[in-house]
Amino acid sequence: MWNTIWTFFHKLASPPHFYRISAILLPWLAVPGYLLVAWGTYNGLFTAPEDYQQKDAFRIIYVHVPSAYLSMMAYMVMAISAGIGLIWRMKLAHAVAAAAAPIGAAFTFLALATGSIWGRPMWGTWWEWGDPRLTSELILLFLYFGYMALRSSIGDTAKADKASAVLALVGAINVPIIHYSVEWWTSLHQGQTLLAEGGPAIDTAMLWPLLANIFGFSLIFGSMLLRRLRTEVLFRERRKRWVKELALGGQQS
Amino acid sequence: MPGMIAAFVATTQRELLLSLRRPGDMLNPLVFFLMVSTLFPLAVGPDNETLKEIGPGVTWVAALLAMLLSLNSLFMSDYEDGSLEQLLLSAQPLPVLGLGKTLAHWLVTGLPLVIVAPIVAVTYRLPNEVIFVMMLTLLLGTISLSLLGAIGAALTVGIHRGTALLSLLVLPLSMPLLIFGARTVALAANNEVYSAGIYFLAAYAVGALTLAPFATAAALRISNE
Repeated sequence: MWNTIWTFFHKLASPPHFYRISAILLPWLAVPGYLLVAWGTYNGLFTAPEDYQQKDAFRIIYVHVPSAYLSMMAYMVMAISAGIGLIWRMKLAHAVAAAAAPIGAAFTFLALATGSIWGRPMWGTWWEWGDPRLTSELILLFLYFGYMALRSSIGDTAKADKASAVLALVGAINVPIIHYSVEWWTSLHQGQTLLAEGGPAIDTAMLWPLLANIFGFSLIFGSMLLRRLRTEVLFRERRKRWVKELALGGQQS
Repeated sequence: MPGMIAAFVATTQRELLLSLRRPGDMLNPLVFFLMVSTLFPLAVGPDNETLKEIGPGVTWVAALLAMLLSLNSLFMSDYEDGSLEQLLLSAQPLPVLGLGKTLAHWLVTGLPLVIVAPIVAVTYRLPNEVIFVMMLTLLLGTISLSLLGAIGAALTVGIHRGTALLSLLVLPLSMPLLIFGARTVALAANNEVYSAGIYFLAAYAVGALTLAPFATAAALRISNE
């Protein structure tokens, strides 16, 4: 049993095997992901009841909450795979970190944009410095920028991998510190509703579409990561024979 | 063990001696700090109440920028003349040697800022007790900044024109320090309880002192491959 799992992972770490397995895996992430998001978004926008206070404006949470969640999640994926790459010198793990960063930055931007659009009718302002989560999300975006800038300014891939991995780990230690230090400011943000004590303080007709979207967004994140990873692997292995054969022989590998 | 301490002291001494031979490098961040602090009253206007209000924040931002400015040279000359490679080959642990260099950097850049900061604070009409709190936050904050900045400097040492990149890497990481540093001084200025901020800055400095040298050493090894 253990041996099978172990060999599976060892095979996964080899680029040609990964390339083959990921092609099979990709639709299993993408199709349910898009279906869930379609269902969740439809129900969130049309069948979920209006919020008694925020009216229809609350409906932006169906995009905002999943993106905010994934902005953190992507950083964790990036930092953990960077750590794995640094410790076990696994090249595929470095490729995962490289592939995850731009997606994470995009989700962070989406969370910021939707948060600011929501803030306009609710707070009467596009941007509120007093809100801790908006601010820490902005700093997270800067962390992503720094990571990508460091990676792009080192020409040698192996060196860029390791240097940016150190930065990702240092950043990962700092993310909670940043989060709580920003929280130290006075807060205007909504209290947590999903993980509040005594169950979520949200109507189930609102909750199910939200959960569907969170899960669906995560699956889409997985499929985007896999897709970027496949190109990343191809690019890194561009001088290898299997890539040449792949390129010359069409889809056959 | 004794060899390690001797190596630490020797590295620090060498750095300090080098700085003394080139006093300009030492003075530049200080002058920069004073100039940035001068910019704000010129831009905002000489209203005493406003200056008192923005004083803590401005001093902290100016100190942060002055520290960043000086970081670029931390490993640069050693990288260029090859003595960094000698450090890497040394039998003594690299984190300790890196810490020695960081200590020297703090003594030459961070500590003078802490000493000069009261002059700026007085011109911003901050009362004496508040100035004392400001010096304390800057003392703790600059230690963390030197340690944090050393990681960034080590990561960017081999990169051509790495100054802007270095700021891009270190600034987001240093934001908690800025928040706590400046807000603590502001709290003190409003006669409120400020001890939490001091504790946080102290905890951060201890944490950075424990972890950062290892990250710096790892980064130096990667940059010199």
